[in-house]
Amino acid sequence: MAHTSATTVSPGRSVWDGGVSPMGVSYGKLMMWFFLLSDAFTFSALLITYGLVRSAHDAYTGTVEAFTFSTEYWPIPEKVFEAVPFLHGIELPLVFVGIMTFILIMSSVTMVLAVEAGHRMDKKAVEKWMLWTLLGGITFLACQAWEWTHFIVGTDTPTLVKDFVNGAWVTKEVTGANLSVNQYGPSDFAGFFFFITGFHGFHVFSGVMFNFLIYYNTFTGVYERRGSYEMVEKVGLYWHFVDLVWVFVFTFFYLV
Amino acid sequence: MSHSQEPQVTVLPPDKEKIKKLWTVAGILGALTAVEFLVAFTMAHGNLKTAIFVGMTIVKAAYIVGEFMHLRYEAKVLLWSILLPVIFIVWLLVALIYEGMKLSAINF
Repeated sequence: MAHTSATTVSPGRSVWDGGVSPMGVSYGKLMMWFFLLSDAFTFSALLITYGLVRSAHDAYTGTVEAFTFSTEYWPIPEKVFEAVPFLHGIELPLVFVGIMTFILIMSSVTMVLAVEAGHRMDKKAVEKWMLWTLLGGITFLACQAWEWTHFIVGTDTPTLVKDFVNGAWVTKEVTGANLSVNQYGPSDFAGFFFFITGFHGFHVFSGVMFNFLIYYNTFTGVYERRGSYEMVEKVGLYWHFVDLVWVFVFTFFYLV
Repeated sequence: MSHSQEPQVTVLPPDKEKIKKLWTVAGILGALTAVEFLVAFTMAHGNLKTAIFVGMTIVKAAYIVGEFMHLRYEAKVLLWSILLPVIFIVWLLVALIYEGMKLSAINF
């Protein structure tokens, strides 16, 4: 395409003297890579701050079976995230978030298949795989909406939480979570949940918008007339990055 | 720009080898996640468990970036332009986790 092979440099000149693409990718793809690198810094800052604040709090030391919610120590994630839609009252630790992980990995695979179809100029196949990718993204967002609702509404039994109300400390029963108190543990726990999964969810939402745009442009034949499906690759990079971030969120927020 | 000038597009057949490889990578990612689940419920909490999770996460990340994002097959200068700045992330991690451990030693 637009980029020239780095081997066609005239004698005495370096590949960095201009006129060729030493990195072997187009401008748009290169800039997508650098944007993703900067985005990686943002997500790392969030996850590392989570690590900092978590390690600054006391850890729960008892057995997993005897665990109860308390603001005295950081909660064990598998005891917080154990609900699955339509299965009220049944403890299924991390099952739902595992399903979400699987959905996102699958939508990454369908994205790669769309890119592969684009290389072959196969319009119908690109459309098909973009639709699957869209379905995966939207399903993930729906799951996250449920997860958030469950987290905010809370469980059947409230936790006693000390809170500072009108200049005095009071002990009150709390169910669910908001940005100041929550039933699961220290106030920061819910704050990080909302901020990290929210920021990731917003990326997924943007990704779904971009994917729809790609699907629309493929459907109307924009890329076929252009003679290249490189836009699918660029948005594909973004979509895989969203999957990549979820792999880290899954490990550091839900497993560790 | 009339419609009669629509370009002739040659659609190539699917690259079976490549598609098979992509599904293999997907299988590896799924299997690693399944093993993570197994470890989550069979091992006691501790540094070893955390190390296993971090290790497996890095392997999964390598597969996603290397295969799905195709970075393994790009020019080496692009690969290193992306990978080397990640050192800053590692530095932030080391610095802030150390800070966190010091903070926990202070009784607020």
